[in-house]
Amino acid sequence: MMYVLIVFLPLLGAILAGFFSSVLKDRGSQIVTSGFLVVSALLSWVGFFDFMGGAEPLTVDLASWMQVGDFSVNWALRIDMLTQVMLVVVTSVSALVHIYSIGYMAHDPSIPRFFSYLSLFTFAMLMLVTADNLVQLYFGWEGVGLASYLLIGFWYEKPSAGAAAIKAFLVNRVGDFGFALGIFTLFFMLGTVNFDEIFAAMPGLVGKQFNFLGWQVDVITTASLLLFVGAMGKSAQIGLHTWLPDAMEGPTPVSALIHAATMVTAGVFMVARLSPVFEYSETALTVVTVIGAATAFFAATVGMVQNDIKRVIAYSTCSQLGYMFFALGVGAYPVAIFHLFTHAFFKALLFLGAGSVIHAVSDEQDLRKMGGLAPHIRQTWILMAIGSLALAGIFPFAGYFSKDAILEAAFASGSTAGVYAYWLGVAAAVMTAFYSMRLFMLAFHGRPRAPKEVMDHVHESPKVMLIPLYFLGAGAIASGFLFAGPMIGEAFREFWGPAIYIGEHNEVMEAMHNVPGYVKLLPLLAGIGGILIGWIMYGWKTDLPASLARTHQVLYQFLLNKWYFDEIYDFLIVRPILKLGRILWKQGDGRIIDGFGPDGVSALVVRLARRAAALQTGYLYHYAFAMLIGVAALITYFFYNLGL
Amino acid sequence: MFVMLQTVFPDLSAATPEIFLFIVAMALLMVGVFAPAARAAAVVGRLALLSLVVALVMVLMQDGVKVATFENMFIVDRFAIFMKVLVLIGSALTLLMSGRFFAEMNARKFEYPVLVVLATLGMMMMISANDLIALYMGLEIQSLALYVLAAFLRDQERSTEAGLKYFVLGALSSGMLLYGASMVYGFAGTTQFAALAAVLKGGEVAPGIIVGIVFIAAGLAFKVSAVPFHMWTPDVYEGAPTPVTAFFAVAPKVAAIALFLRVMLEPFGGIAAEWRQVIVFLSVASMILGAFAAIRQNNIKRLMAYSSIGHVGYALLGLAVGTSEGIRAVLVYMAIYLTMNIGTFACILAMRRQGQYVEQIPDLAGLSKRNLPMAIIMMLLMFSLAGVPPLAGFFGKFYVFKAVMEMSALSSGWTVLAVIGVLSSVVGAFYYLRIVKVMFFDEALEPLDLPSGRELGLLMGLAGAFNLFFFPFAGPLLRAAGNAAAALF
Repeated sequence: MMYVLIVFLPLLGAILAGFFSSVLKDRGSQIVTSGFLVVSALLSWVGFFDFMGGAEPLTVDLASWMQVGDFSVNWALRIDMLTQVMLVVVTSVSALVHIYSIGYMAHDPSIPRFFSYLSLFTFAMLMLVTADNLVQLYFGWEGVGLASYLLIGFWYEKPSAGAAAIKAFLVNRVGDFGFALGIFTLFFMLGTVNFDEIFAAMPGLVGKQFNFLGWQVDVITTASLLLFVGAMGKSAQIGLHTWLPDAMEGPTPVSALIHAATMVTAGVFMVARLSPVFEYSETALTVVTVIGAATAFFAATVGMVQNDIKRVIAYSTCSQLGYMFFALGVGAYPVAIFHLFTHAFFKALLFLGAGSVIHAVSDEQDLRKMGGLAPHIRQTWILMAIGSLALAGIFPFAGYFSKDAILEAAFASGSTAGVYAYWLGVAAAVMTAFYSMRLFMLAFHGRPRAPKEVMDHVHESPKVMLIPLYFLGAGAIASGFLFAGPMIGEAFREFWGPAIYIGEHNEVMEAMHNVPGYVKLLPLLAGIGGILIGWIMYGWKTDLPASLARTHQVLYQFLLNKWYFDEIYDFLIVRPILKLGRILWKQGDGRIIDGFGPDGVSALVVRLARRAAALQTGYLYHYAFAMLIGVAALITYFFYNLGL
Repeated sequence: MFVMLQTVFPDLSAATPEIFLFIVAMALLMVGVFAPAARAAAVVGRLALLSLVVALVMVLMQDGVKVATFENMFIVDRFAIFMKVLVLIGSALTLLMSGRFFAEMNARKFEYPVLVVLATLGMMMMISANDLIALYMGLEIQSLALYVLAAFLRDQERSTEAGLKYFVLGALSSGMLLYGASMVYGFAGTTQFAALAAVLKGGEVAPGIIVGIVFIAAGLAFKVSAVPFHMWTPDVYEGAPTPVTAFFAVAPKVAAIALFLRVMLEPFGGIAAEWRQVIVFLSVASMILGAFAAIRQNNIKRLMAYSSIGHVGYALLGLAVGTSEGIRAVLVYMAIYLTMNIGTFACILAMRRQGQYVEQIPDLAGLSKRNLPMAIIMMLLMFSLAGVPPLAGFFGKFYVFKAVMEMSALSSGWTVLAVIGVLSSVVGAFYYLRIVKVMFFDEALEPLDLPSGRELGLLMGLAGAFNLFFFPFAGPLLRAAGNAAAALF
């Protein structure tokens, strides 16, 4: 019952705020949705501590969904420790974001719509994490995609927001296509979509091959890779990441909730949930590792040069998701989820803090037009510092524990991919610390670069925005050392129970604690080093960045333009498709179908109508003539027929 | 030898409604002459309406047993009763809607109702005709009255032109019909329907009879305005005073269709295979022309003329089938057609701007804002005319096509006919929907007046309600039409 409430209260809130906004008004919809989410979050923590105390996993059956022949899908909530952690993350961050939004969106004309979407998103995300089968997972997956689309395009009157929303939707579609194929593959081989049945059947599937697009391929590897394509789309991994930076067009609380803390981690969750599947495919895990590491590195490089405060954090998110994936790839699923857990707090903190900064400087998002804000917004300054340190992985902040663990696990796996991921990860850690410092220095220190009238109005955010930030700050500080022990320590198996499957030969969780000392130390040094470089370039020798950019023009442009991903996609995919579409539209639809179809027929009708009307001359003798001709024709016809 | 001339006094009871109407017409003439001039027209109009209603009651009281009288010249059966009821309803309702029109045109004359009564009498004679001579007599009684009616606004050029055209072409068609009748008499030796049927039952058919039938069919096709004998229709519909147009669109058409059915099925039913081609041709040509030619019309009366041509095409399709199913479909079709036209013409009569009658389609622009109930009724009627379910017009077409499709088991040609019918009704839907579009989506330059008088509103409401609620309450009409159709076989 508690779990039903956790999942469905947000839906109820969304419906109330969405359909009864004329009754509830702005205030009412804020109270309803935020209140429900707070309740939902509190219940989640209750459940979480239940599980910490040793509660058994359970399945809550809600209703039968589809029943076609042997194929049956139920609505059911699968509650285990993995779900529990996700519930805590999702509902807590969502509740805080709801409250924060009361302040942040106070001047927006369509407040009920915003809160309704936020709650709808939360519901879909909860459906996703509590899914008991692949179809329900897919339902939640698409639900969050829809909510994300709606929220990115929330300010739909802005063309760039509309474009970003469509881009997010389309890029995700590519991933979702892979995901759907993955589900089909599993269903094709096993005839079921229920997790329990799939997991139980996996050992029997090892080494089986089937015909996919003409090749004989390994079933598990194919299914895993297809599912991973879905995860790549949702979690913005390299190749399918292009939508995430653009998604920053949405309101900042949305970026914090959806595009940092929860939805983008759905891919990580999915791989962890399906660990019993992935664990049987060495190849798939290697791919996951390589892609994750590449994303971590790539996004960090781009993050170093972006000027939009939200885009810097967006690339940082992308990069951190890369960390999570290569942790999954080396088999350290608990570590990935642990990082997901800590990351949710400090990244939401960073985003909401950035929102507070943006709020302070009259909706300016360009770092180059900030600076010197620290004395004016002291509380935000402190909170951002906590968030940045946590992100950079400095002891004792949350990020230190999880990121270190990831890098150690990567090294400990001993595989080539693992070591590759380790070194890329360390490099990315330097850059992460660097861009965090850069953002921090550009925003808060140095000479104010904003116009005077903006600086005069700089003000601290209202309490309703700051209080959620304090909660998140506490999480960013404490979630690391509090939960590192149970989640990834020696006793991790007791903590996770059957929720995460780790194969017999996979000893990375144990091995990670026994890596050489320099491996443990390096990430922390990387963080400190990155911060130092950042301070040198933006705190001490402030003309250095400009001269560096000038001397390494090519590299700088390459990074500034995000490795030209958008341009390459535009050239390779978007433009050919547009061209094809134009041909089909102009030639196929316009000329052939319309030409011979509706337009051709209607033109013919008009022509015939004109002829028919022209018969009507108004002259009596024409009429009489027509009658006589008619009779004559009929009689001739008969005589001809009778053979006379 | 001594030849006994036996003159049996005919049984008048079968013809009481006709006799009654004849006497009423004469009496009304007297009333009109002797009543005070100022009130004569109104009094005669009301009396005429009353007498049409009385005649309707008399017709309804006939028991439907087949009775032939006047030396087998005159027949009353269920078919005749059904059709007479339709004709009387049509005449009465159009008479009801015309009084105000003529009053406002300063042309309210007592002759008008008398002519309507006489025309109606002619139609009833046509319906009951059981002999080629009787047929011709009925036809002429009706036609002569109609010629005058068309030209009734005699100081208007359009009206007189309409009357003259109708008269000349009508005379031509009468000539054809008479010529055909003489051919048939010449080759068969009789003019009586029953006797003709006996002669034509099986065996060789003389070509002369075929020629005669073609000429008779041409004459009748003129009356129902089937292509290519339709040319008078648009001009006369447009030129005649609007109530007269309404009358033309309803009563004479029903009567002429009734005559057409009886002539083709009773005397010539035995050789249906021979004449079926003619009817199919008339039907297809009418459906297609009715659909296409109306598209470019801007005058709504002219548009209704083409619309009626198209509808006659569908009705004739039922006749071409020639089964009792097909005939029943025709009868249902005509009943529905009658209501649709009464309603539509009531709407057209309500189209006035600053007291002047207007009849262009763009004049209807913005009607939905000015007078929503009227716009909705007009919309219902247009949808019904276009054959959109669940309105009555759909079922009219539905039964016809159903009858056609039942024949398609015998020959695939019938399927083609049904397809042509459906396609041309799609084309036809365009101009009906255009009116709806104009009423609801176009901006009015100058709004129409609100309709004055209760009669028009009443008629619109009745017609709208009939078309809307036909679907659930169609049973009695279908049964009556079925019984009437059975009388012809």
